[in-house]
This record gives sequence, C-alpha cells and structure tokens, in this order.
Amino acid sequence: MKPFTYERPGDVSTALALVAEIPGARFLAGGTNLVDLMKLQIEQPSHLVDISRLPLRAIEDTPEGGLRLGAMTTNSQVAADPRVRARYPALAQAILSGASGQLRNKATTAGNLLQRTRCAYFYDTTKPCNKREPGAGCAAIGGIYANTAIFGASEACIATHPSDMAVALTALDAKVETESGAGEARVLAMDGFHRLPGDTPHIETELRPAEMITAVVLPPPPPGGQIYRKARERASYAFAIGSVAVAGGKVALGAVAHKPWRAEAAELALAQGASPAEAMAAELKAARPDGHNDFKLKLMARLGAACLTTAGAGDDQ
Amino acid sequence: MKTSFTLNGQAASLDLDPRTTLLDALRENLGLKGSKKGCDHGQCGACTVLVNGRRINACLSLAVTHEGDEITTIEGLAQGEALHPVQAAFLEHDAFQCGYCTPGQICSTVGMLQEAADGWASLATQDLAADTVLTDEEIRERMSGNLCRCSAYPQILAAIRSAGGVA
Ligand SMILES: Cc1cc2nc3c(=O)[nH]c(=O)nc-3n(C[C@H](O)[C@H](O)[C@H](O)COP(=O)(O)OP(=O)(O)OC[C@H]3O[C@@H](n4cnc5c(N)ncnc54)[C@H](O)[C@@H]3O)c2cc1C
Ligand code: SF4
Ligand code: FES
Ligand code: FES
Repeated sequence: MKPFTYERPGDVSTALALVAEIPGARFLAGGTNLVDLMKLQIEQPSHLVDISRLPLRAIEDTPEGGLRLGAMTTNSQVAADPRVRARYPALAQAILSGASGQLRNKATTAGNLLQRTRCAYFYDTTKPCNKREPGAGCAAIGGIYANTAIFGASEACIATHPSDMAVALTALDAKVETESGAGEARVLAMDGFHRLPGDTPHIETELRPAEMITAVVLPPPPPGGQIYRKARERASYAFAIGSVAVAGGKVALGAVAHKPWRAEAAELALAQGASPAEAMAAELKAARPDGHNDFKLKLMARLGAACLTTAGAGDDQ
Repeated sequence: MKTSFTLNGQAASLDLDPRTTLLDALRENLGLKGSKKGCDHGQCGACTVLVNGRRINACLSLAVTHEGDEITTIEGLAQGEALHPVQAAFLEHDAFQCGYCTPGQICSTVGMLQEAADGWASLATQDLAADTVLTDEEIRERMSGNLCRCSAYPQILAAIRSAGGVA
C-alpha cells in the first residue's frame, strides 16, 4: 500500500469538506473493496476519511410506505431486517447471495454500489486497462477472461459491474440520495446511477467528486412476486456470471453490462402478453456477445425465463 | 497513529502506521499468531475474528478503524483451561488436518451461531419469514466464507452440527 493519512470525522458535513479539500482524499466505508484495491496499488488515496461510524446507519420507514437505507447500513443488517425480508425479498436474496457472512458484516450499502469491477485484467497491473489508466488500452478485449459484458460494451472497456445488491435495487426502482459540500443534496434513480463505459470507463457512476451517498430509498414494494437468482462458478461465495432480479413487472440483469442492466425490452414484451421465454428472447436480441462470453446468451435466456416464471411476472396481463 | 481497543478482554494500545491491517496488528504488533493470513484479500476466511461479537475478515480491515472496539480472536475463546464449546466440538470431530484454516473456521462458527440465534437468514433459507433452523445446507451456506485447503469439510460440518446445528 502507498502511505496515506487517516481520520474519522464525527459528522457528515466535516467528512464532505475534508474529501472536497484534500487532494486524493477518499471516503472509507467497510473497506472490503477499497482496502483490497489499495493493497494492489490500484487505488492510491492520499487520505482516508472514515465514514463508517457516521449516523447513516438506520433503516427507516418512509411516509410513502417504502424504506430508507442509511448509506452505512451493513449488507448483513439490511438482509436481516424483517421489513426488507417481508417487503423486498429480492433485495434480501441478492445481498445474501453476495460475498460471505464475514464480508457482509463489514460491507455497506453505499460501498456495495460503488465497488469496482472484478475484470481479471483490471486486477492484473502488468496488463493495460483503460479503467485503471485511461488511454492505456484494454487487455480484456481478445483476452481469456470471459465474465464480460454482452450489453452496452465499448471499444474501451467490456467489464461488468459485480454487485448483486445493485441489480435488485434496479428492479425495485430504488433511488440514491447524495450530499456534497455546502449541503447540496441530489436524488438519482438507480437505473442511470451507473454508467456505460463509452470512452471513459474510469467514470463509473453519476456521482461527482467528493459527493457522498447518504441513503438508498426503496419505493413501496410493487405488486407481484419478487425473486433474485444468480449463476456462478461454485455453489457459494463467488461473483455472478449472470443474475436476474424480478420485482413485479420490473426486470434487471446482473453481470451482463458495465451497470445493472434494466431489461426494458423484456418488461415491454411481458406487458404485451409475451411468455417468460419470449420476453427474454426480446431482451437478448440486443445482446452483442464477443466470442468468449457467448455462453451468457443461453444462461440469461434460461435463468431469466425461470425467474420470470417463478415470480409470476406477466401472469395477470 | 494511536489506536486503542479491547483485545480478548484486555486493553490494548498501539501506535500504528495507518496501513496496518487488523490482521497484521494482531499477528505482528501484538504477537497473537492464531489468526492466519491465507490470502490477505478477503477470499479465504483464515483471518476471521470477532469485532463487537460479529465475524469479519481482519485482513481487509484497517486497525486504526477499530478504536474502542471489542475484538475476540481464537486466543480469547477459551475460559482458562476450559475450551469454548466450538473448539471442543472441532477436537471431538477431528475437524482439521493441517489446522491452518481452523482458527478462522472456529471464530467464524462462533459468529455464525450468534447470527443464527439472532434470526438472520441466509441464501439457503427457503422462507425468509420463518425462524432459523440450522440444517446442514444452512451451515454450509453460512460457512462458505471459510475455505479449507485440506477439504476437511465433512468433519467441520459435523463439528458445527454438534455445536449448534440440528443434529
Ligand atoms: C472475496 C470477495 C467476494 C465478494 N463477493 C461478492 C459478491 O458475490 N457479490 C457482491 O455484490 N459483492 C461481492 N463482494 C464485494 C463486496 O460486496 C464489496 O466489497 C462491498 O460491498 C463494498 O462495501 P464497503 O462498505 O466495504 O466499501 P469500501 O471498500 O469502503 O468502499 C468502496 C468504494 O465506495 C466509496 N464509498 C463508500 N461509501 C461511500 C459513500 N457513502 N459515498 C461515496 N463514496 C463512498 C469508497 O470511497 C470506495 O471507492 C466481494 C468481495 C470480496 C472481497
Ligand atoms: S474490460 Fe475494462 S476493466 Fe477490464 S481490462 Fe478492459 S478496460 Fe480494464
Ligand atoms: S486472509 Fe483474510 S480472508 Fe484470507
Ligand atoms: S485443515 Fe488444512 S486448510 Fe483446513
């Protein structure tokens, strides 16, 4: 690790001011992604502002009948919450399908959304990567790593977003609340919070420098079934090679794009009376596999159809 | 940077480079070598310790973030000569071969049993509204963050079953 300094301010405004003022300063939440990447010198903050103990750790009911998850709630805390389990089972399942018990005890809601890709060449600092070093090139294109995007990839980057939780939040139409210096607050829709790579794959979300996620807000649960299912290379404790979240008539796919992929074509087809298999076929028409990741077409077609059937999506159309 | 926490019931104070992980602080600065470094990247669970009663990977946690925390390592589980029930169960069921993963497995089990007692669900939980029942499938899923290179999994499962799962 490169040397850095550390502090733990007692309130949100001080934390915002510190990260805005100190060049190279970063927020530290659970640290399960940031510290890992610092060990590899892929991340090299000069100063860490520890926000894990800030009063952003509550799960509250909203007047509309939804839930507000404080940014520093842990993944374990959210998945264990009786309200989440009863009203947002797809979210509980998505969180519980990620990482391990130990990691979920540290990982936070905000940190999970902002975790970086698991592209093997992003981690291999002897190989070129536009995400690590803009303009360097992309070793994954033509490389042997196959857990890459089939939607929305660019010539600069074909990586996928690794979060399970974010896929469920996208299907649930969650919103991300943020704050930056001088108390400026924004609300961003989950669908659109993460970006496609384009020619700036190092810019991964709509979050501005020194802007802090303060909460994720769930709208009231949609009518209809919910489910999250994930395919991976071992039975547990592995990142997705494909995943599906269904919440009412909303569908999102994981490990297929640089962001959680809202399956709008599938949703539209379902609304028009298509079968689960037809809906997935409609979505996958726009997929562009690259020869290494062709397996994702069949995988997503089957996983998606199975999830839609189990959740009963489209049943009452 | 000055950092103080409670370690296995006793006060510990250190002056640390902020880069020091909790795992390195325990092993190198405090001389407690029970917690193991397998991968140093959160991938194996050998470094599992309990912080305020919850299990975490000590290798991905900076020691300076643990100001005021209560940390329990494998060295702090026994009461004098009396082994912790999970330690006794691992011995009784021969739940190790080389033993490298064992401190992490045991600390993880202690944390996992508390999570189950608190009613936390896992991915193996069919009904998210129902009470937690620690079937073998549940134990396997909840312990998947601890790898055993010797593959002593059947004995580890048996030990955990006898320590707190459904017989
Ligand atoms: C072995 C292993 C397996 C894993 N498997 C899975 C898996 O299967 N599925 C899955 O989804 N995840 C998995 N993960 C990833 C894990 O979920 C993330 O590491 C974790 O969610 C990150 O949260 P954190 O709080 O630790 O973030 P940190 O590491 O503290 O932070 C991550 C990033 O977010 C920024 N940040 C944090 N909080 C804020 C905030 N409030 N505002 C602005 N910026 C902020 C930090 O500056 C940093 O850039 C795995 C991780 C490991 C190590
Ligand atoms: S796919 Fe993206 S993350 Fe992977 S090597 Fe290419 S630029 Fe880097
Ligand atoms: S050493 Fe911490 S998880 Fe492997
Ligand atoms: S007993 Fe050898 S690694 Fe588990």
